[in-house]
Amino acid sequence: MADTDDPAKQTIYWDTGLGVDVTMSLDHRMLEELGIKSAEELFSDIPEKVRIEGMLLPQGKSEMEVIRTVQDMLSKNLTAEQAPCFLGGGIYHHFIPSAVSTITSRSEFLTSYTPYQAEISQGMLQSMFEYQSMISELTAMDVVNSSNYDWSTALGEAATMCHRILPKKTFLVPEAMNWEKRSVLRNYVSGPELNIVEYSYDPYTGEADLEDIRQKMTQDVCGLYIEVPNLFGIIDSRAPLLKKEFPEVPLVVGVNPLSLALVRPPGEYGADIVIGEGQSLGLPMNVGGPLLGLFACTLEHVRKMPGRLIGLTKDNAGRRAFCMTLQTREQHIRRSKATSNICTNEALLAIAVSAYLGMVGSKGLRALARINMRNAQSLMQRIDELDGFASPFFNGAHFNEFVVKTTVRPEKLNKLLLRHGIIGGMPMHKHVPRLNDHVLLTTTEMNSAEDIDRLIAALKEVVQ
Amino acid sequence: MSYRQARYDEPLIFELIGENDFCLMSEDEVNVPESMRRETLCLPDLSEREVVRHYVNLSQMNFGVDNGIYPLGSCTMKYNPKYADLLSSLPTVRSVHPCQDEDSLQGALQLMFELEKCLCAISGMDAVTLQPAAGAHGEFTGMLLTKAYHSANNQQRDEVIVPDSAHGTNPASAAMAGYTVVEVPSGPDGCVDLEALKASLSERTAAVMVTNPNTLGLFEKDIGTLAEMVHEAGALLYYDGANLNAIMGMTTPGMMDFDIVHFNLHKTFATPHGGGGPGAGPVGVRKFLEPFLPVPRIVSEEGKYALEFDRIDSIGKVRSLYGNFAVLVRAYAYILAKGGDGLKEVSQKAVLNSNYLKSRVAGTYEMPFAELRKHEFVISARRLAKEKGIHATDIAKALLDRGFMAPTIYFPSLVEEALMIEPTETESKETLDKYAQALLDIANGDPEDIKSAPHNTAVGRVDEVYAAKELILSWRIYQRKNGKGSL
Repeated sequence: MADTDDPAKQTIYWDTGLGVDVTMSLDHRMLEELGIKSAEELFSDIPEKVRIEGMLLPQGKSEMEVIRTVQDMLSKNLTAEQAPCFLGGGIYHHFIPSAVSTITSRSEFLTSYTPYQAEISQGMLQSMFEYQSMISELTAMDVVNSSNYDWSTALGEAATMCHRILPKKTFLVPEAMNWEKRSVLRNYVSGPELNIVEYSYDPYTGEADLEDIRQKMTQDVCGLYIEVPNLFGIIDSRAPLLKKEFPEVPLVVGVNPLSLALVRPPGEYGADIVIGEGQSLGLPMNVGGPLLGLFACTLEHVRKMPGRLIGLTKDNAGRRAFCMTLQTREQHIRRSKATSNICTNEALLAIAVSAYLGMVGSKGLRALARINMRNAQSLMQRIDELDGFASPFFNGAHFNEFVVKTTVRPEKLNKLLLRHGIIGGMPMHKHVPRLNDHVLLTTTEMNSAEDIDRLIAALKEVVQ
Repeated sequence: MSYRQARYDEPLIFELIGENDFCLMSEDEVNVPESMRRETLCLPDLSEREVVRHYVNLSQMNFGVDNGIYPLGSCTMKYNPKYADLLSSLPTVRSVHPCQDEDSLQGALQLMFELEKCLCAISGMDAVTLQPAAGAHGEFTGMLLTKAYHSANNQQRDEVIVPDSAHGTNPASAAMAGYTVVEVPSGPDGCVDLEALKASLSERTAAVMVTNPNTLGLFEKDIGTLAEMVHEAGALLYYDGANLNAIMGMTTPGMMDFDIVHFNLHKTFATPHGGGGPGAGPVGVRKFLEPFLPVPRIVSEEGKYALEFDRIDSIGKVRSLYGNFAVLVRAYAYILAKGGDGLKEVSQKAVLNSNYLKSRVAGTYEMPFAELRKHEFVISARRLAKEKGIHATDIAKALLDRGFMAPTIYFPSLVEEALMIEPTETESKETLDKYAQALLDIANGDPEDIKSAPHNTAVGRVDEVYAAKELILSWRIYQRKNGKGSL
């Protein structure tokens, strides 16, 4: 460091070339042994016609420069630590015990790949088996795969799996569903050419409209999808009635797994497939990815399931061991006849979820779910007392989010809240166009009483 | 043989007995409707210390690139720089909600915008979407784009052609998008048989999926003719980017006349594979396919970045939000660090390492097809199997005993007893020499010892048949079955 007090001048003494380059330079001993003069000779099989001289990319940077550049760029993001966050809608700002990343940072997990060689990969395999087991406990389903990409792709795979179980052409979904899921679903069912038919919701409770489901339940239906909690944050009490009424139709239930600490698991009311977003179980928001698609089913349907499965077995000495199983469903064996094309998945996030659930435990998870729910209940009441808001808009039982009707356009409301240093909720009209003055507000254990006071104060001001 | 993996009888987490020390207890009354109420939850209740020890013990019974060479063919298991770990776990990544107002997401949008530009330069494509979560997901996206394109041109095309050496994901992705898959055989030189391809191409062909260099590590030298044939038939040419690590800076899929490309950022651009994922599978396309790309597109105006959703020809979405952002951060940092020249050097080194290792084992193992390979090569244990009863799987297990990860085995299926080896650019000559020596020792070793391998790993050879027969896939099932066995 220079002996001057002017920080601008100090920097010229910094060596910006510090850091590691993991690609070593070409080893001339190898070139010699191959009897060649340069590595270029190894590319003689690439026709001249398609050769390039180089790429239009900047010069490389040192580790130190890279870290600075990327850090600076990302510092233009606002974090939920800097501003209270009332935004959810599938991705949530939760507390993550520090030890979760201690575990996922273990090089042996982090830098391994799919455990094709079981004997040297028991750690990963047992961890994945434990993940499958924990999600199985939460959902009360026997079988859980070792991950899909996210909730929306899990939904796509669930629909095509229903079609494999019951080869008909219509898949019933709620009208009250995130538009992104609907769009992903349409792409996933474009192969088997399924029709997506929507059923409406009860305008008072926000729950599924059972009468509408009955009307749309034709002979052509291969599967029925419902979310608990649903898009409006409502713990839909109609869900347990569906299997009773339509026993022949595969039932798919989408969940926020955190809610299952308090809410009846779908396995208890006849779900054939349970899917959901694992992010609420100890995973960071990551600007939306990576996420973790949960995918569970009954043992009866396991051979029609997508994704990787780990089974408990024994080794040649009779000791307990784990390995991948039912691989004949998968693309690397079955190719075009596979149940899915999935290969690379979200395994490390599945370990994070297991570690999280292990640390939080039954007691912790139930406590967390209560706090989430209580915060939402108290916030929805306080907002309802304000002029210009109707909260909650639906009167079903809410988990940790709820719809509010406002007199200020949702996007404008969010811009104004951002000026108060608050991350506002999710506008609803993108998902359900007729809810054009409605916003979904979310609370988690991260929203302190002070955060909630700040939001209330800001809302008061905004409406005035 | 100096390797010994940890061998613990580590119980299942459900079998551990401990005390929950998570300090967030709440007995608040909340009113879940009675019909929806859950009474019991049976997760383990343990202290953080117990959980950490459990997973640290488990991790020691696992093997990653940070433990040693991991030359799993077609998976590009390179040693990854740690600055990427640091950057991808910054609060400005972890604690940012994707649906925040664009004004509060400028850093993320800029990074994605810049990364798209980099990937265009590397691939010779005109536009890139970062949305797909993995390579296979990129392939599926590519097939959806293919469908959208043909349908916009009122063309009914229902077949996709893949070579028999293609990764299994290719035919699976095409089938998922509703295409009938037509497989064409490889010629005697290991490359796509152009005559067979010609016979398969028709007005029904929507796309041809090609991996170049292919899974044998061979560069498809007739790629120019191949591309002409495909385009003449009115089909699109799809590039499987799994093997992109071989050609950066030497050629591009664009130069080779491909129309759609997927990248495996986790392979080529330095993301640890996390025991199976996450990865990222961006897709690049030529200008005429850009209107079909998934929404949102990231646009830049006067230094401000925005998300554009309103695009009528778009296929919509292939997953929620924008992609595996934390993986994108890693890839961007790696590309910045390397620069254009650095990436070219990566490919040169990867190809040098592959050819060097191949030359070291060539006499002992059969080497189907031509000499010159790119980043990976395939050897055959056919002779060993016939003469000594040592199969590819035995060689794989014996390598584990020596502290090396095994290659990909029994793939591609056109090579009998195949071992597919991809050393990557991050291994030194010394390591490659040791790996080669291990392969030679195994070929000349005591067949009984090889066939009973591994001995030095956490468990001995596992019984896959038992696993498939019993289907113990969760603790729930295990508990139901308990009493029948002692496992």
